[in-house]
Amino acid sequence: MLQYLIRRVVTLAITLIGIMVVTFFISLVIPADPLSSIAGPQAPQETVDRLRKLYGFDQPIYIQFGRYANRLAHGDLGTSFQTGRPVLEDIAKYFPATFELATIALFFSIIVGIPLGVLSAVYRNSPIDHFSRVLSLIGVSMPVFWLGLVFLLIFYFKLGWFPEPGRLDIMLIEPERLTGMLLVDSLIALDWEVFFDALKHMFLPAFVLGLYGLAGIARIVRSSMLDVLSQEYIKTARIKGAREFIVLTRHALRNALIPAVTIIGLTYGGLLEGSVLTETIFSWPGLGRYLGTAFLTLDLNAVVGGTMLVALTFCLVNLVVDLLYAFLDPKITLARS
Amino acid sequence: MLLKDTPVTTDKLLSVQDLRVHFHTLRGIVHALEGVSFHLNRQETLGLAGETGCGKSVTARSVLRLIDPPGRIVSGRIIFEDRDILTLDDTAVRAIRGGEISMIMQEPKMSLNPVIRVGDQVAEALLIHDTSLNRSSARTQAEEMLTQMGIPEAHRTSRRYPHELSGGMAQRIMIAMMLVTRPKLLIADEPTSALDVTIQAQILALMDKLVQDIRTSVLMITHDLGVMAETCDRVAVMYAGNIVEMGAVRSVLKDPQHPYTQGLLKTVPDKANPDHPLYAIKGNVPSLLQPQNHCRFSDRCEYAMARCSREIPPVYQMTDDHEAACFLHDGQSISSGGKQVDLMNP
Ligand SMILES: Nc1ncnc2c1ncn2[C@@H]1O[C@H](COP(=O)(O)OP(=O)(O)OP(=O)(O)O)[C@@H](O)[C@H]1O
Ligand SMILES: [Mg+2]
Repeated sequence: MLQYLIRRVVTLAITLIGIMVVTFFISLVIPADPLSSIAGPQAPQETVDRLRKLYGFDQPIYIQFGRYANRLAHGDLGTSFQTGRPVLEDIAKYFPATFELATIALFFSIIVGIPLGVLSAVYRNSPIDHFSRVLSLIGVSMPVFWLGLVFLLIFYFKLGWFPEPGRLDIMLIEPERLTGMLLVDSLIALDWEVFFDALKHMFLPAFVLGLYGLAGIARIVRSSMLDVLSQEYIKTARIKGAREFIVLTRHALRNALIPAVTIIGLTYGGLLEGSVLTETIFSWPGLGRYLGTAFLTLDLNAVVGGTMLVALTFCLVNLVVDLLYAFLDPKITLARS
Repeated sequence: MLLKDTPVTTDKLLSVQDLRVHFHTLRGIVHALEGVSFHLNRQETLGLAGETGCGKSVTARSVLRLIDPPGRIVSGRIIFEDRDILTLDDTAVRAIRGGEISMIMQEPKMSLNPVIRVGDQVAEALLIHDTSLNRSSARTQAEEMLTQMGIPEAHRTSRRYPHELSGGMAQRIMIAMMLVTRPKLLIADEPTSALDVTIQAQILALMDKLVQDIRTSVLMITHDLGVMAETCDRVAVMYAGNIVEMGAVRSVLKDPQHPYTQGLLKTVPDKANPDHPLYAIKGNVPSLLQPQNHCRFSDRCEYAMARCSREIPPVYQMTDDHEAACFLHDGQSISSGGKQVDLMNP
């Protein structure tokens, strides 16, 4: 187990180095000059030249790369042109909001998606199956910005069930920032008012994001449940006299979840990148919006830093998925995989 | 080969009467069982033979009321002791399943849950039927059962997962799982046909010994008439959803009274005379899409008469314990005709 983890961490480091090299060269071949966007279109040539010198863009490529690699190796992601702050600080500021939203959204897709998938397999072609099919269709085919706007219109503007966009009511004071996740920080501070307000603010964006994950999870659980339910060992469980609930959970679902774990992992990885559109609509100060702006303004340090972070989270999610696999499927042993 | 000489009590344990099972498929209604009747005495082994698709497994699953859609038990009675399984409520049927009637299936490796330790799967059978039992004593009992099934290092093996076991080992586990609750009836649906021939006899012997120990009756489904001669007290022969002949094993195998049984016995290869060409019954199994209105064997039968393709033959009683559903017996008995291997005295 330990050996396996060490091997995975080494693989992870190699992956990150690869990403570092690739992003560096991509930044070189972008057909636009980042300096013009920093200095502004009307800036005089001498300002641009000064900036070029300041950021080291006048040096030969191998020197630029050496400096860049050296910086990254020391955990310095550089300064964002956009905010003027170190990229690492920006990420620490924006990522927790995305992480919190993504986790709640994933939680929602799992607790609704799995039972929905199970029920629509067990009661195939019944109203619950049709309902689940329509919900999944909405989840995958409706653009999130459209869904987000419609939900805001109905549930905030018309019905007033949920609060305005943002993370917290403007009248409330944020608790002391420890993790950057409002739900966690307010729990630590035992500030229930903030906790419940933050939860309410999270509901609509998490629902919109979660609907997408839910669609995938419900579909894969349904199809793998259908497959498992026709297996001989399910008949064995019934022959033994097991109650139907036990047959469906202990005997069927445990097997059906194995393929679902991959989809859940991919969904989470995708959610953790942050969604530009959802975060914009719900005024969510998250990574998606930060990176979106960074790409548009050619804020290269922020782009590289964000890309590394996204890659890192994907690798970590993958690692968790693999560990879960080994836990769920006795045929997979970590030592040999 | 020896005939079992245990005294057979004639106390009926199971009585299946006029069972009809249909499958509603896209091609139409498959009339899989068309009035199947038989009974099984306590501590008796009844063999069920017949070509593939004739309805042996459907019969077996009906007894446990485990016919999945699109199948449906249309009519009939399944009297177990004094209860009709077809009219019991779900809770009562679940108490019978695995507790009083168990079933072993053909594919042992597919029949075990891949994500649960095999010992726990055996113990689960006990825990389902005895809620006062705790987990660790269920495990201990399960391990004892594995030892009785000749499994070496029962404690270590019980902690393994199905994919780590061979087919023979998996079938021993299945047998242990199905007998650990000491059921009154064990249904064995071709328990060894998926296994290597070298271990078939061994597994059958172990099962037979355990069955004798706990005084369980057995409904033994098999293609192998040799196995049948060896292990069964009585046999029933099925053809296309009907039982065409039934009786004491010696009498049915030595003096078959239905042309289909005679044909089936002639298909057994003669070990003493290996160059002898293999016999095959001519023609094909009829489609079950039509409801039965005549003898379903008539178009393959060399003795077929005009009425065979018009009427359903009733069951004719030859002796106390030998009956056949064939019009040839409407009057006199027929001789077995042709050469067949003597399974009783090879
Ligand atoms: N799920 C099903 N859908 C449609 N027809 C079915 C189904 N299950 C069984 N049947 C029909 O019932 C008939 C009897 O099947 P059964 O499985 O009992 O045969 P069997 O005698 O056990 O054969 P085998 O020796 O191959 O196991 C078959 O002819 C088949 O057409
Ligand atoms: Mg069968």
